[in-house]
Amino acid sequence: METAQETMQQTETKAETSTTLFKGTGSQVLLNGLIEEGVTTIFGYPGGAIMPIYDALYDYADKLEHILVRHEQGGIHAAQGFARASGKVGVCFATSGPGATNLVTGLADAQIDSTPLVCITGQVFAHLLGTDAFQETDVINITTPVTKWNYQITDAKEIQEVLAKAFYIAKSGRPGPVLIDITKNAQLQLEEFPEYVKCNHIRSYRPKPKVRIEYIEQAAELINAAKKPFVLFGQGVILGKAEKEFKAFIEKTGIPSAWTIMGESAIPTAHPLNVGMLGMHGNYGPNVLTNEADVIIAIGMRFDDRVTGRLDKYAKQAKIVHLDIDPAEIDKNVKAEVGVWGDCKETLPLLTNLVNENNHEEWLAKFRQYNQQEIDQVITPELYPAGEEMTMGEVLRNINEICGGEAVIVTDVGQHQMVACRYATFNNSRSNITSGGLGTMGFGLPAAIGAKYGAPEKTVIAIIGDGGFQMTPQELGTIMQFGAAVKILILNNRFLGMVRQWQQLFHDKRYSFVNITSPDFVALAKSYYIEAAKVDERANLKAALETMINHEGSYLLEVMVGRENNVFPMVPQGMSVSEIRLK
Amino acid sequence: MSTENTLEYKTTKADFDGKQEFTITVYAENRIGLLNRIAIIFSKRKINIESLNTSPSEIDGIHRFNIVIQESYEVVRKLARQIEKQIEVLKVYFNTNDEIIWQELALYKVSTDEIAEKVTVERLLRQYGASAVVIRKDYTVFAVTGHREETDALVKALEPYELIEFVRSARVAIIKDSAGFHEKLKEFEAFEPGEELVENEFLDKGEKIFTM
Repeated sequence: METAQETMQQTETKAETSTTLFKGTGSQVLLNGLIEEGVTTIFGYPGGAIMPIYDALYDYADKLEHILVRHEQGGIHAAQGFARASGKVGVCFATSGPGATNLVTGLADAQIDSTPLVCITGQVFAHLLGTDAFQETDVINITTPVTKWNYQITDAKEIQEVLAKAFYIAKSGRPGPVLIDITKNAQLQLEEFPEYVKCNHIRSYRPKPKVRIEYIEQAAELINAAKKPFVLFGQGVILGKAEKEFKAFIEKTGIPSAWTIMGESAIPTAHPLNVGMLGMHGNYGPNVLTNEADVIIAIGMRFDDRVTGRLDKYAKQAKIVHLDIDPAEIDKNVKAEVGVWGDCKETLPLLTNLVNENNHEEWLAKFRQYNQQEIDQVITPELYPAGEEMTMGEVLRNINEICGGEAVIVTDVGQHQMVACRYATFNNSRSNITSGGLGTMGFGLPAAIGAKYGAPEKTVIAIIGDGGFQMTPQELGTIMQFGAAVKILILNNRFLGMVRQWQQLFHDKRYSFVNITSPDFVALAKSYYIEAAKVDERANLKAALETMINHEGSYLLEVMVGRENNVFPMVPQGMSVSEIRLK
Repeated sequence: MSTENTLEYKTTKADFDGKQEFTITVYAENRIGLLNRIAIIFSKRKINIESLNTSPSEIDGIHRFNIVIQESYEVVRKLARQIEKQIEVLKVYFNTNDEIIWQELALYKVSTDEIAEKVTVERLLRQYGASAVVIRKDYTVFAVTGHREETDALVKALEPYELIEFVRSARVAIIKDSAGFHEKLKEFEAFEPGEELVENEFLDKGEKIFTM
């Protein structure tokens, strides 16, 4: 009898859940899931194997905005720009085969820069897998090294669970890109689906640990005893949404703080404890004094080789406290005296509690001394050049004057990127969007499109070199069609400038294939119905920049800058950070 | 050793820097593609895998990988962390040979005539702990379970008698100190991370810096 009753109860529960069942295709349930995850914008490009999803998308136009890019690489970079500007997960769609392989550069970029993405690719019918079908590639294996996680769905019943996992994995812990490959039959499959449930636990995945207080205590002890403490911060502060907690920590301790380019804008440029940029083209003081500090507190950064220079001469005198959410980063390149594994949103307040109020005036003054030297020898000549040729630095100075640090600056890769990171001023976090780890030329324009969707209220300026622009210029078409009001600033030195600089300094000026010619960028933009202008005289620079920034929609401005200007300071490869050159 | 509590090793082992054989034990979900994800962690760093075995573990549904490589402790520790970072990996341990019990299985196919004529099967069986798996008119297959030296020794012994085929399995290893994975799994299945999981071993005082 009891058993019968139990069965009755079970059937009742079943009947209850069945009222929430959704009957539809795999494609529809996928789009419903995206809406449940709060997705509003998708960057994508249709094709054969993803057509059922696009067919379903036709009915979701009021809920999901789809931006048709001109190349899948543009789509994924746009999704990256969106994620970086908004702090949400970027989403992109691509078809199988070439559509999917075109995502690889963006995935690698997002993986190394910890950008949360969910990429959906179509795949041939499950029964065709492994037959070299039309537009079949083994996208799961191709993308394995460049994704935080990937998964192939061959049955629509898996879609909800996998999608929920994908979002959870992409944004939790150390964020990263996730790719879901869905075979066409699963997209078409008609099923009854239960309610969408978000994922918040995977037994084999621990995004962050419970913080162990003893390590915080040991870190605090070191910091409190330090005479010359130095904070190095990276994107972890931004990804952890811990800007406030970070500011409180440095303000209480009075420790000078320098950023990696991925960490830039986590605190305002003008903050008195912000001593500038680390690394190869970073500021003078932060590099030299890395080798003088007695305690280095690394927060959400990974001691990339562009930051450390020669490792065996890097901060040997210092005791290192390393706060990171990814335990594989602690001790990877630089040994930590104390490793604090955890989310800096949690660890920083605990640490702030235990550290003494302090100020390090004398030590800070040292940074200022070096800064003055840099101002005299590098910065002033760059920002206020005496010569006739325009410099990239003075363009940035003008932008700062016009925007007052409120704009989102998206850069491509090369000299202009280093100049922009060095000289742009920022008041707000998530304002500097650049391809840091991978150094992807062609990133700038599509990422700026995404950034504009991610932060529509902001002025978004894409600063791009003449070389990088020519890698992804097709995305002008996306701007034309969807009207993203991106300001495109091409700094044209008629060279692949960074490679030329290295050839000048380290290869006896043998300029091997760095002399790049360009089309008429203004005419190119106008052919896409985008307003454009070109400046080749200093007298017109500021007015031209103002016109660009104040223009209602998108605008392209080409600025002709000096051909053979170099970015300094510079830590030559293989040299110690303290051997940084001012010229 | 797990990826944690590695301090002890440094202070007790003289061969901290030198390359030696390590057996990496990975507990993971049984998922298509995970083997590739783990393998590329080695190939990305141009590290050769000497032996790789995948098998079920003491827990239903959880897979166990045994991977043998020749590397220094520092490299292995970093590899272990990278493996453990993979979403479907639960836990990684790495051990030197004196910390594990291990076996490999080897099969030998020889001509029955040859062997019956020139050596006594009995002697082989005794001396090398071999067992005859199949005895046919045309050939005989022997099996030996043991360490590399033991299985190699029989190859040597059979060399003069036309060894037709030889194959050796990957290493399977049991960690001497391990209490199994049942208790650990409970912690993983718990929603909130418990103290046990929050091991933090970054207090190493070593000066060594390694870049892969």
